[in-house]
Amino acid sequence: MFKITSEVITGEEVREAVESPDAGAVILFFGTVRNNTDGKPTKYLEYEAYPPMAEKKMSEISEEIADKWGIDRVAMIHRVGKLEIGEVSVAVAVASPHRKDGFEACQYAMNRLKQIVPIWKREVWADGEAEWVKPDAVFFEDLPEIVDS
Amino acid sequence: MKVTVKYFAVCHEMLDRSEEEMELPDGATVRTILKRLEEEWPEIAEFYEVMQMSVNWEYATEDTELSEGDEVALIPPVTGGTDV
Repeated sequence: MFKITSEVITGEEVREAVESPDAGAVILFFGTVRNNTDGKPTKYLEYEAYPPMAEKKMSEISEEIADKWGIDRVAMIHRVGKLEIGEVSVAVAVASPHRKDGFEACQYAMNRLKQIVPIWKREVWADGEAEWVKPDAVFFEDLPEIVDS
Repeated sequence: MKVTVKYFAVCHEMLDRSEEEMELPDGATVRTILKRLEEEWPEIAEFYEVMQMSVNWEYATEDTELSEGDEVALIPPVTGGTDV
């Protein structure tokens, strides 16, 4: 399951999507809306996505995980629209035979999501100002190689 | 040929529209679109260095050739997920 949604994320949807009798571990990650960025108070966040491409790129990340760890049970869901403090913006579930690979794959999924999945965050500050967030410098260095199609 | 061009986040705000159809000459590439946008809004060129482009949901380069019905998008730096 690779999905962009405007609905509340509960986590059940991704957990159920990766259920498997040969799994010994299900790693479930939630990204939530923090009340500040570097100490500056946040009022709420707005997420925007390019849904068909975002879902395609999520699916490609799961293929990368299958290649690296042999794990084929990965699900990702990302919410768009206005999100209040504490709400879940993204959920990733990974089911694996053993927990070590699962934790690594889940971490990898989030890192890649922030690099190649077209989703943007707009921070609305408590003082009423708003801005589109720029990514950390490290993510610029790690941009995917572009190949001519 | 006719293509659809989509604008997201900061590009959407700058151009004040989320998508449009563009009539392009045969042999047009992604660069043809970027040049046309720059004529309308010179400031957008400042973003070209950090921006990526996609054609039909796949990352593309300025040299990627376009065909009738293609869906092109300007992809500002991605910031999805969470900073933890």
